[in-house]
Amino acid sequence: MAESDLTAELLPTPLHDLHVELGAKMVPFAGYSMPVQYPSGIMSEHLHTREAAGLFDVSHMGQAFLTGPDHETTARALEALTPSNFVELKPGKQRYTVFLNEQGGIIDDLMVSRPLSAEEDGRLMLVVNAARKIIDYAHLRERLPENVGLEIVEDRALIAVQGPQAVAVVAAHAPQAADLGFMEAAAMEFDGIDCHISRSGYTGEDGVEMSVPAGAAEAIARALLADERVKPIGLGARDSLRLEAGLCLYGHDLDEGTSPVEGAITFAMQKRRRENGGFPGAVRIQNELAEGPSRVRVGLKLEGRAPAREGAGIQALDGTPIGTVTSGGFAPTLGAPIAMGFVASGHAGAGTEVNLIVRGRELPAEVTEMPFVPHRYHRKQQP
Amino acid sequence: MTTYYSKDHEWISVEGDTATVGITAYAQEQLGDVVYVELPEIGKTVSQGDEAAVVESVKAASEVYAPIDGEVLETNDSLVDEPAKVNEDPEGAAWFLKMKVGNADQLKELMDADAYKAYVETL
Repeated sequence: MAESDLTAELLPTPLHDLHVELGAKMVPFAGYSMPVQYPSGIMSEHLHTREAAGLFDVSHMGQAFLTGPDHETTARALEALTPSNFVELKPGKQRYTVFLNEQGGIIDDLMVSRPLSAEEDGRLMLVVNAARKIIDYAHLRERLPENVGLEIVEDRALIAVQGPQAVAVVAAHAPQAADLGFMEAAAMEFDGIDCHISRSGYTGEDGVEMSVPAGAAEAIARALLADERVKPIGLGARDSLRLEAGLCLYGHDLDEGTSPVEGAITFAMQKRRRENGGFPGAVRIQNELAEGPSRVRVGLKLEGRAPAREGAGIQALDGTPIGTVTSGGFAPTLGAPIAMGFVASGHAGAGTEVNLIVRGRELPAEVTEMPFVPHRYHRKQQP
Repeated sequence: MTTYYSKDHEWISVEGDTATVGITAYAQEQLGDVVYVELPEIGKTVSQGDEAAVVESVKAASEVYAPIDGEVLETNDSLVDEPAKVNEDPEGAAWFLKMKVGNADQLKELMDADAYKAYVETL
């Protein structure tokens, strides 16, 4: 509970006053004052999101555009820094990717969407992690070709609405949101306000993320919270929700030493990129794809009730150290502790029994498939 | 019976040479939903400031420190199956352990209810 007391220097988001009014406990996070929980508490916020809908302020995240003369030019510039296929990303589609360093380690993970309208051809919208945005933007500025610019968005908030009722709630104000499939995005009006809405998120549930004008953020949040299906959700439940969904948290599960193959996020690497390379660290990454990585991120289910947190050692049953927990805690949906961590490849198979070392004791656990709680994304039928 | 409070937000109620230890209402509020409690072994001797128990919320693990020296006589095993009791009744039914008072002088270093209340208001 040793939160730092740098509150005075922290940046507020456009929803700061609303959080305080709602009784949030504010904590420093990535240079911002953010709500970690509201009076109902992390457990109830978590379960409410899985049952109905939760509203999350994620305005601390970095929003930016790459701007080039046409889609192919901008997409190729982004492909030079990531292992994903953006040239063939269709208008109105969103894709998860990572910025790679020369060693194939991950500088950040991010979402990229291609605007739907033809007037915006050549623009790609990025959403990056709050704690990495300064590094990401410097990385981009140094490497983008002359005809592709970086436009940082400073005057917009980002609001996520997640849960089985989320899209119905949002569609009452922005009917077009209901037409989006998972990982689709479009500009649309929310009660007459210009917004950019994507059907994606960080909870494993159906839902949206809405980029909205900062000045309208509070009105939009209040309109959403006026619906009794919606409750405000803090960073605490955001973390437990993403852990249950098996999603990575940068700086914990992914870092500059970890490749996408080790991080088990190879779904971010489409076929053409895997085969042709042409991204930073391609030699290492293509070798790991062919030969298998030496270590890999896995899910861990603990047998007992005691949680294992980040940093706990992972041992084989014979006591050999085989890895480390990178995220761990209690899963409210399951009523049991879960974790994810990296293990040596020979121990990564589902069902492998291991021990997690917590306060000097061995906690029995089993390597398990992720997600821990099934994703409930709204995937459109492929034509 | 007299109850004392520590700066680490433990309470200790002393009756004769036996003391009951738990965490305060302020502590449970700071922790949030408690999901796991780890209790010491009976017969364990602890010194003031030693880790006597562990309490974990969804978010983090926290130590419960021994407010004074002593020997653990009894633990509240009901907390293992129902850790949420710590949120519901931290200064009553959700006591953590009973200990034999090893050094009564150390109680003088602790706060009474009024002093603790004033201390919490400064936080």
